[in-house]
Amino acid sequence: MTGRVERAAPTTTVIGRRPSDATEAPAAVPPPRLRLLPRVNPVTRLAAAILVTTPLLFTIDWVSAAVALTLQLALFLAAGVRPSTMLRRCWPILVAAPLAGLSMLLYGRPAGTEYWSFWLARITDGSIELAVAVTLRVLAIGLPAVLLFLDVDPTELADGLAQVWRLPARFVLGALAGARLIGLFLDDWRAMAMSRRARGIGDHGAVRRFATMAFALLVLAIRRGSKLATAMEARGFGARTARSWARPSTIGAPDAALLVIALSVAGCAIGGAILAGTFHPVWV
Amino acid sequence: MSRPVSERVAPASVEARGWGWRHAGRRRWAIEGLDLSIAPGERVLLVGPSGSGKSTVLHALAGVNGGAEEGESVGELLLDGVGPADRRGRSGLVLQDPDSQVVLSRLGDDVAFGCENLGVERSEIWSRVRDAVDAVGLELPLDHPTSRLSGGQKQRLALAGAIAMRPGLLLLDEPTANLDPEGVAEVRAAVSRVLDRTGATLVVVEHRVDVWHELVDRMVVLGREGRVIADGRPKEVLVSARVELLAAGVWVPGEPLDVGAARAADPDTDVLLSGHGLTIGRQAGRPLRTGVELAVPAGASTVLTGPNGAGKSTLALTLGGLLRPLAGRVVAAPALAAGIGPDPSGWRSRELLHRIGTVFQEPEHQFVARTVRGELGVALRALGEQDTASRVDPVLERLRLEHLAEANPFTLSGGEQRRLTAASVLVARPRVVILDEPTFGQDRLTWIELVRLVRELADDGVAVLSVSHDAAYREALGDVRYALGADSLGTGKAA
Repeated sequence: MTGRVERAAPTTTVIGRRPSDATEAPAAVPPPRLRLLPRVNPVTRLAAAILVTTPLLFTIDWVSAAVALTLQLALFLAAGVRPSTMLRRCWPILVAAPLAGLSMLLYGRPAGTEYWSFWLARITDGSIELAVAVTLRVLAIGLPAVLLFLDVDPTELADGLAQVWRLPARFVLGALAGARLIGLFLDDWRAMAMSRRARGIGDHGAVRRFATMAFALLVLAIRRGSKLATAMEARGFGARTARSWARPSTIGAPDAALLVIALSVAGCAIGGAILAGTFHPVWV
Repeated sequence: MSRPVSERVAPASVEARGWGWRHAGRRRWAIEGLDLSIAPGERVLLVGPSGSGKSTVLHALAGVNGGAEEGESVGELLLDGVGPADRRGRSGLVLQDPDSQVVLSRLGDDVAFGCENLGVERSEIWSRVRDAVDAVGLELPLDHPTSRLSGGQKQRLALAGAIAMRPGLLLLDEPTANLDPEGVAEVRAAVSRVLDRTGATLVVVEHRVDVWHELVDRMVVLGREGRVIADGRPKEVLVSARVELLAAGVWVPGEPLDVGAARAADPDTDVLLSGHGLTIGRQAGRPLRTGVELAVPAGASTVLTGPNGAGKSTLALTLGGLLRPLAGRVVAAPALAAGIGPDPSGWRSRELLHRIGTVFQEPEHQFVARTVRGELGVALRALGEQDTASRVDPVLERLRLEHLAEANPFTLSGGEQRRLTAASVLVARPRVVILDEPTFGQDRLTWIELVRLVRELADDGVAVLSVSHDAAYREALGDVRYALGADSLGTGKAA
């Protein structure tokens, strides 16, 4: 047979199969709820974190930090935070604290016996004490900042900021809605990187590529943001009518209790340092 | 079916008298001299060429065109006899992009958002939220995360958020343009149910007339600069304004597409690119499909289909050398590899350029230059070509972009952007072209143009692979057809 072969109508070939061990996109694992705290408003937790940590910024000594850290660990364990959760959630702080301590160890104000020196670095009794104090302090400030917000839902925090603290709703809700776009930006970034590779400009140096992509992402972010703003405005956002709230955000006795606990921790830390004679205000 | 009286609203009326709008800093009026009167409860489909100001009218009616600093208006545009900006909540607007309309992270909270802004009582809000979610057929708990909704579900969520405000006027701005056929059907059914329950007035802008013409009772066609050139019952307008509608790129139902049919090709001759035992996925440990075998032959058009989430785009990116397969091999035939290794994911970006060209779904991710001409020059400069003009101009002309050569890519219409992304890949003359949903949301003219372009490429010996949901596209271009399996039945032949 010569010439054109009569071809059959196209058929569809089914290809591939679902992997047998297919893991569906994992359902978002709810973060561990803090016991004793579920009825505390997120803004109260913010206030408590500020109350616990601010006094620690006024003194550089190891006793206050150690007391605060010990009490915090006991309280978080009592609230049902498992040590493994603490490690998982706090690792950046666990890394940062010794690093901050190390720089104090080498460059802290020298005092007492000198053990080792090299150029500007000197390890002395004074710098060792400072290193311990700073390491403990970073932990004592970082731990509550992370763990108190372990199970805080951003929407509930925004509700609290607007309804309890009376911050402007326009600002709070705008920030909340905008934060939701961050996940989209990650996808945008990946797609842009692949597109640049496909367009023949993926071989450029990392710095130049990062700079041009960052600019492109900014353009995209502004476009997405303005679309979101239009959608919000179409739903009456920013109207002059007084806004109502679908989800009530209130405070009560549990909130007061948490603040009392926070104040006690701070009081014990500072009091302990004064009793031990190590209290060392930063302004002296 | 009888419905609770509480869901019915007082439908709104619309009146435009010599109305026009010009965006700040533009010389041209987006729309000018619009005269239109819509009675309460009417359902109107508004169509017209891109640049006729359809969306501008909708945005003005929703009161989101902004104040004097955003632009200026002439004439009158009235909602229930007063300016729309004074009637917040009287209209509800659903926009085109599903991702940019979600406000909050839980479904119920998102629907409640509009009611809160209008100051509705708390108990009333939640009963409205439940009614609205029910009306759009979202059978999900109110605390369902909005990030895990499909495109069609997100559009129905936006619709629920709009109707929870109990608007007398529902405004839809191409609500199905970014959706697959399943999503389009979902949204259409939801709108139909919502209108039956509420009795609200409807104005929908859309070039897919086939989706809406049975649901509306009036069709208005705008010409350039927003003059009404046809107005009446859809059946009559589709006949009387047929020529104008076709010229505007509107999908006139029943109008044949003059593009020819696919011709079956043998997937195993002249193969340029193939996948063997592929496991695909975007993240290690998160495979989407496994055991994928396919071949993309030169001189033919291959179309890949499959259900949502099966990994069609992921497979396209894997074949295009942009993602590494989790297992198995992508093999470029020696004719394609031309002296470098057979694995496209190991090629340098510049080496990929004239071998495999990939056009992504989202044009905005792909723009890197400030002008249309600049976009086309990118590939040629990367290849080290000196005389770019002689290569760029014919491509610009072929894709009808020459009058836009100096325009900023971001300012182009959807159809123009799609043509530009194709042009900027084709200018490098790759032997394999991969297109991800090339006809998504395109008007009829752009659709025909893209289909003809792909056919031309295949006739010139290029291996074209398209990922598409579009049945008409598959009929025209599916010389070789693959479907990513929906279940675990594995490989096999299907009709």
